[in-house]
Amino acid sequence: MSADKAIVDTATVEKIARLARIRLAEERKEPIAQDLNRILSWIEELNEVDTDGVEPLASVTGHSLPLRKDEITDGDVQGKVLANAPEEASGFFVVPKVVE
Amino acid sequence: MSNLIQGRTGEWEVVIGMEVHAQVSSQSKLFSGAPTQFGADPNQNVSLVDAAMPGMLPVINEECVKQAIRTGLGLNAKINCYSVFDRKNYFYADLPQGYQISQFKYPIVGEGAIVIDLKDGSSVEIGVERLHLEQDAGKSMHDQHPSKSYIDLNRSGVALMEIVSKPDLRSAEQAGAYMKKVRSIVRYLGTCDGNMEEGSMRADVNVSVRRPGEELGTRTETKNLNSVRFIMAAIDYEVQRQIELIEDGGEITQETRLFDTNTGATRAMRGKEDAHDYRYFPDPDLLPLEFSQSLVDELAAELPELPDQIRERMVGEYGLSSYDAAVLTEERETAAFYEAAAKDQDKKLVANWMSVELFGALNKAGKSLADSPVSPAQLGGLVALISDGTISGRIAKDVFADMFETGRDAADIIEEKGLKQVSDTGAIEALIDQVLADNQDKVDEYRGGKDKLFGFFVGQTMKLSKGQANPAMVNDLLKSKLG
Repeated sequence: MSADKAIVDTATVEKIARLARIRLAEERKEPIAQDLNRILSWIEELNEVDTDGVEPLASVTGHSLPLRKDEITDGDVQGKVLANAPEEASGFFVVPKVVE
Repeated sequence: MSNLIQGRTGEWEVVIGMEVHAQVSSQSKLFSGAPTQFGADPNQNVSLVDAAMPGMLPVINEECVKQAIRTGLGLNAKINCYSVFDRKNYFYADLPQGYQISQFKYPIVGEGAIVIDLKDGSSVEIGVERLHLEQDAGKSMHDQHPSKSYIDLNRSGVALMEIVSKPDLRSAEQAGAYMKKVRSIVRYLGTCDGNMEEGSMRADVNVSVRRPGEELGTRTETKNLNSVRFIMAAIDYEVQRQIELIEDGGEITQETRLFDTNTGATRAMRGKEDAHDYRYFPDPDLLPLEFSQSLVDELAAELPELPDQIRERMVGEYGLSSYDAAVLTEERETAAFYEAAAKDQDKKLVANWMSVELFGALNKAGKSLADSPVSPAQLGGLVALISDGTISGRIAKDVFADMFETGRDAADIIEEKGLKQVSDTGAIEALIDQVLADNQDKVDEYRGGKDKLFGFFVGQTMKLSKGQANPAMVNDLLKSKLG
């Protein structure tokens, strides 16, 4: 894919915003599309590198994941968990109805 | 056996793939030290990591990793010593992170296969595509308030194994058998408690239909089925719906559906057009998960015997029928009960007594094996007394009924009721002499050639002994006396 084909249009911006639950004012959509296109075409340069046969890299540190023992060391902090809840009842978070 | 479904316009083949979600048996959650115990007060088993408070970082639970490896080994699957955790992004009220930590491109377990057994006695091998570790979400309750949902995060962050089958299943029966087999394997392994009512295991089924031999049809995914019966009912409904829709000239839409447990119907989920746009990417909070092959070998060496292996041993070494072996191995507890009862005893006899008398009595009393008034050792004790000739099989049934009622040992009951089988030659001869003396006319008829009367003499002698004479000895002694 060459740089001029990396086109993010306002419809794509709207979709990404919807997935991320971000509300965008109409006049912000076009500038954001342009920003994203500039970022993408800059990243496009990476496509010039030949990566045939190279596995994607998930980490650059060279370390592997530290493991913890299976022990109960946490929880029982209902008050803290609910401290920032906009609404609570009998220990539950209460939110606008999400059906299905 | 043909699995084809007859439609109005010809035959259809059903293609099913399943995703089984099994909750990992562990004390604490996959990435936090909060407990996993079922039944706590709402939001009690939640750490700030599970609630996705800013700055909290996940640290993986070693035991969950081992449980996934054990399960992979039980599914005869390839274990990947290098795997990666990804973020699966979606927005829902019971998912505080806004993403589920899962494994996408590099799962901890790769391809495997299990064998399922069908009612007609045939077996089919079903491929396993992969198994990966992931977090469970919280729980939403929608029926507490007219305009609000209530959220409990106790399940949030609990480790799940998602076991994905290949699209090898061809009927609802096969799908049911597959679910039972996976459940049986994880329960034997102790990697998941298999409790479907509490939600420890649930399945999503992908169903499509096609003309035999043709390209795959468009599939639908019915989510969150929490019993074998619902899995089979949802598939039956979906197959009928798809066939009718296509035969009426319609087209199947690839969509997520929900199963209504009251009506047995499936319906499309609303407003989820972006549901599959998960934008997976490697979780920057977690390094790749790596372990050595020696850990895998170690876990493999410690693996308990699995149902298929036990069955093979029961048929091969114990001489049980494959039906009896299947009955005795379906549940881990049943196999353990049998093994304990059959230790040092006649294996076939114990299998018989367990599957006929014990299961019969338990069924009648509405009890499960766990509540059996007769312990494995007691059942073995009863069989030992039959084997060594202390009591006959007929008397043993009465003794068993008493044991089931009172929970006492067979030997005590036999002693107290004086049920011991008479194997004393002199005593049996005395009984026979009396029977022959009382029935002199029949003796004459027998000697005159009426062979059929032999059974009559056996019956009379047994009756006189109140069923306690050793039947084999009665036979032998009668023969020589009448000879």
